[in-house]
Amino acid sequence: MIKKFLAVLLVFAVFGCGQKKSDSGAEPEVSRKRAIPNAVYGDAVVVSMLGDATGLIYNITSDSASHDVADKIYNGLVRYDKNMNIVGDLADSWEIVDDGKGIIFHLNQDVRWHDGKPFTAEDVEFTYKFMIDDKTPTSYDADFRLVSKFEIIDKYTVKVSYNEPFAPALISWGMPMLPKHLLQGQDVKKSPLLRRPVGTGPYKFLEWKAGDSITLVANDDYFLGRPYLDRYIFRIIPDTATTFLELLNGSIDIMGLSPLQWSKQTDSNPRFTSQYNKHMYLASSYDYVGYNQKKPMFQDKRVRQALAYATPKQDIIKGLQFGLGVEATGPYKPGTVWYNPNVKKYDYNIETAKKLLAQAGYKDTNGDGIVEKEGKPLKFELITNQGNTVRTSICEVLQKSWEKIGVKVDIRVLEWATFINEYINKQKFDAVVLGWNILNDPDLYDVWYSGNCGGQKLNFICYQNKELDEQLIAGRKEFDPQKRKEYYFKAQEILAEDQPYTFLMVPNALVAVSKRFNEVRPAPAGIGYNQEDWWVEKDKQKYSFQK
Amino acid sequence: MLRYIAARLAGMIPLLFGITLICFFVIHLAPGDPAQFLASMNPKFSETAYQKFEKMYGLDKPLPEQYIIWLKRVAVLDFGESFSQDGKTVTAKIMERMPVTIYLNVMGMLLIFLIALPLGVWSAYKQNSLFDKSVTVFVFIGFAVPTFWLALLCMYYFGVIKGWLPISGLTSYNFDQLSFLGKVWDVAWHSFLPVLLSVFGGLAGLSRFARNSMLEVLGEDYIISARARGLSERRVVFKHALKNAMLPVVTILGLSVPGLIGGSVIFESIFGIAGMGQLFYQAVMMRDYPVVMGILVMGAVLTLIGNLIADICYGLVDPRIRYGKK
Amino acid sequence: MAKNRLLGKVKGSYLFYSGLAVVLFFIILAVFAPVIATHDPTAIDLNNIFAAPSAEHFFGTDELGRDVFSRILYGSRISLFVGFVAVGISLIIGVFLGLIAGYFGGWTDIIIMRIVDIMLCFPAFFLILAVIAFLNPSVFNVMAVIGLTGWMGVTRLVRAEVMSVKTRDYITAAQVQGISGRIIMFKHILPNVMTPIFVTATLGIAGAILTESSLSFLGLGVQPPTPSWGNILTAGKDNIMFAWWLSMFPGLAIFVTVLGYNLLGEGLRDILDPKN
Repeated sequence: MIKKFLAVLLVFAVFGCGQKKSDSGAEPEVSRKRAIPNAVYGDAVVVSMLGDATGLIYNITSDSASHDVADKIYNGLVRYDKNMNIVGDLADSWEIVDDGKGIIFHLNQDVRWHDGKPFTAEDVEFTYKFMIDDKTPTSYDADFRLVSKFEIIDKYTVKVSYNEPFAPALISWGMPMLPKHLLQGQDVKKSPLLRRPVGTGPYKFLEWKAGDSITLVANDDYFLGRPYLDRYIFRIIPDTATTFLELLNGSIDIMGLSPLQWSKQTDSNPRFTSQYNKHMYLASSYDYVGYNQKKPMFQDKRVRQALAYATPKQDIIKGLQFGLGVEATGPYKPGTVWYNPNVKKYDYNIETAKKLLAQAGYKDTNGDGIVEKEGKPLKFELITNQGNTVRTSICEVLQKSWEKIGVKVDIRVLEWATFINEYINKQKFDAVVLGWNILNDPDLYDVWYSGNCGGQKLNFICYQNKELDEQLIAGRKEFDPQKRKEYYFKAQEILAEDQPYTFLMVPNALVAVSKRFNEVRPAPAGIGYNQEDWWVEKDKQKYSFQK
Repeated sequence: MLRYIAARLAGMIPLLFGITLICFFVIHLAPGDPAQFLASMNPKFSETAYQKFEKMYGLDKPLPEQYIIWLKRVAVLDFGESFSQDGKTVTAKIMERMPVTIYLNVMGMLLIFLIALPLGVWSAYKQNSLFDKSVTVFVFIGFAVPTFWLALLCMYYFGVIKGWLPISGLTSYNFDQLSFLGKVWDVAWHSFLPVLLSVFGGLAGLSRFARNSMLEVLGEDYIISARARGLSERRVVFKHALKNAMLPVVTILGLSVPGLIGGSVIFESIFGIAGMGQLFYQAVMMRDYPVVMGILVMGAVLTLIGNLIADICYGLVDPRIRYGKK
Repeated sequence: MAKNRLLGKVKGSYLFYSGLAVVLFFIILAVFAPVIATHDPTAIDLNNIFAAPSAEHFFGTDELGRDVFSRILYGSRISLFVGFVAVGISLIIGVFLGLIAGYFGGWTDIIIMRIVDIMLCFPAFFLILAVIAFLNPSVFNVMAVIGLTGWMGVTRLVRAEVMSVKTRDYITAAQVQGISGRIIMFKHILPNVMTPIFVTATLGIAGAILTESSLSFLGLGVQPPTPSWGNILTAGKDNIMFAWWLSMFPGLAIFVTVLGYNLLGEGLRDILDPKN
């Protein structure tokens, strides 16, 4: 009855592009309410993406656009909260049993799929089987293949077992759960769910205009309470300059800014300041220079250290990032528990660098400005991927500053497919400028374990160190954070001393968010963790929609 | 005439075959492959993932075999499925982009013809006048400005500062809720700037062509004699000369048929338009072989047909040319 | 007599002159870039980034504090070089194939023209894009790709000209005298088709410069740190509101140069065309 009444009322809003809802009493019918005082429903958030999503089943896509969208549609059993602690999501609670070799999840009993069917242990089992099925085109199967046994204990309880303790196991169950009743026995590559996903999350899928936009609507039955905003709209705008113009025009609500935009194009622009707030926090990624250990010149630690000393990290941060970032000294984010602040530092020092090169046997004997050892000049190619202007600029800065210690560098910027396939995977490169995401679990096994050197693996610089391997193996099996920390502190010391990478910087995430949203509170987890709580006062609402 | 067309159509088959062969091998032999996009730089992929993807895409078979498989499908007009994860067929992918691209191109081409032809003809008639020279400079300015730069300047001025025009995209967020007229207006308003800029950039070619063609005709004996006979200037120019000068222009129409489905990736990136240019560019970058091949083959077929139409049109309007008879 | 008529035409053609002036001006700039440049175009100064135009930096500085004026000067070398070499490649292939096809006719002609048809079936920019993605975008590859995808028009043009020249009496006379085909082609026919080739080449250079800037927009053009007009302009596009000088000057340089070559080409066509 109420629904019918609503439909009649809202017809009047049809032609109102940007009109406010006329009737403040028109609240959506929701089964559960969020607990923000005074918050009202309505309005929408519009975000931009540079590329279109490839498919909307999170588990089998690997591009960030697809993940950004799918993130709003699905839930995993666990998730990170705003302080990056693991908390329950679809699982209310869990127990670690069998000396760390098993986990029992107790599922929330009030969860429904977007099509109304209840979410149960069967779905968890299905998702697990889906992940390890050879017919599933997923690239996230590694953690699930370590599961030795999966048991359904009752309708809302499951137990997973491992052959040996595996610390990152818990968070691996943050992988979105998929609906068994819609995917069972189907070829997932042909599943309509790729284009019309059904999840358990705060937003339901509404529409996908290829290459143009993806629109989600609030899930009235969301088990954690309906989000306040009516819609979540992703607009695909491939050009960053255009995106910024759209932002100034007020047509986009959230945008990641470049350091230049942040520091020079926002505060002085009333169009910006009247519409947006800026939020800054440390991003979960770092940039580095990696030296291919298979090349003879980089096998000498002193050469790597010399290059590290000759790298003006501070200038790079100041010049390329407008100071919006911090020096990286290892693979962890400064300020987090795993970060070891007391490792060897390489403050910019040309003299030390020259000395180290001389000790390694490199001298400029023929006066061409390039140092040689046994007649071989110290020159190499520095590669990076095309499309990331900061990395290209880093290459240019490094080229100039390493020239000062007699090292000749040629830069090569490569299109991604070629870069990965012909250079990285085949290990046909000298040195590379790249970045890694910093995951919340401290496990470094994939990138640094000796055995992961080789084609298509992540230790593509082929750094092999027995002592480091021991730390990594031990750290993986340890659940006690205090003891785990010790292993990874030691690992950071080894990496800092050896410099297989020169760690450059951890940039800041720079985000502009429309002022009309309430409850936007940046935290270590970033800004989007409580997006469902965002709301807009009635008189400030910008978009309205026909039901 | 029919025999001529049939012969030409038959002649296209080996051409098409050659085109697909070249495309296929160039694309497949190029560095990078689609499987690696899913498996690379991802800490959570298992060692078997890469092989799994290769097999799924049929990339584990020898190249000639892959080509035969592809050819067999295309023979029944099946371009296969895109490698991207949405599981759409190549045809579906192309079809969802096609309307936008055709709409923009038809609008652009129509305006170019409407503006460039009179400009060209009049410049020829008034050869070396101030008008002629200004038009020359004007159309070349359009040609010489790097389009993306001009586009950004216009977007900033008309979109942000003046607020007269939308900046990017082809529709408003509430497009589906608009009335029919509202929708027409919305699209027209959004496409104003992209169409305007592509017209500005495209005037030079056609107007110069029309001018040269007209100049040539004006220099012909029969025009001179017509003038000598004392026919009115208007009659000479607009009846006799213009008619003949437009002959070569007709061929241009035929030749622009394939251009109708080709989108400019730069324009589409800048204006945030989901057209063919973006689709092809992304497909090349992601090594989505079926999509790349599908678009190239479609383009090639249209080009060949366009050429044929151009030749036929030429024959129809020019009495001196007769096909099929020696 | 004929010469006087030509000269008369040249005198009257302001467009031709302005085109020529622009073209020469930029060639001189390119040649004397090292003399004129006020700074090292690759010298990085991170303490002086995005400086507005001043007496020290005429066109300001870019995101790495490099002097934009000097970069545009050096960029003109790359951009013009790309234009000339790319067009050179198209001309060599196009003229050669066109001459052969037109002169020998028969199967040679059919095969060559079929190849031309095949090449024309790929939209030019698609072709460039695909090839560039597969090769690496070095200066050389950019030139080669633009050149290798631009010769078909020249071939058609030359072939048509050759076919019409071939039937003239003096060529028939030469053939009767037993002069070899090669000599006839290069000594007697080629000079007669030079005029349209020259015009095409001029316009082609303009096109190649624009193509390079489009490729740069996609990140597939000449790669840093080598400056080209295209990549300077592209680097500036994200700062169009804040650091206008980064896009304005390279944009103008491309615009004026391309316009110059076009006017020159059109002017040449008017002057050399015997019908006017």
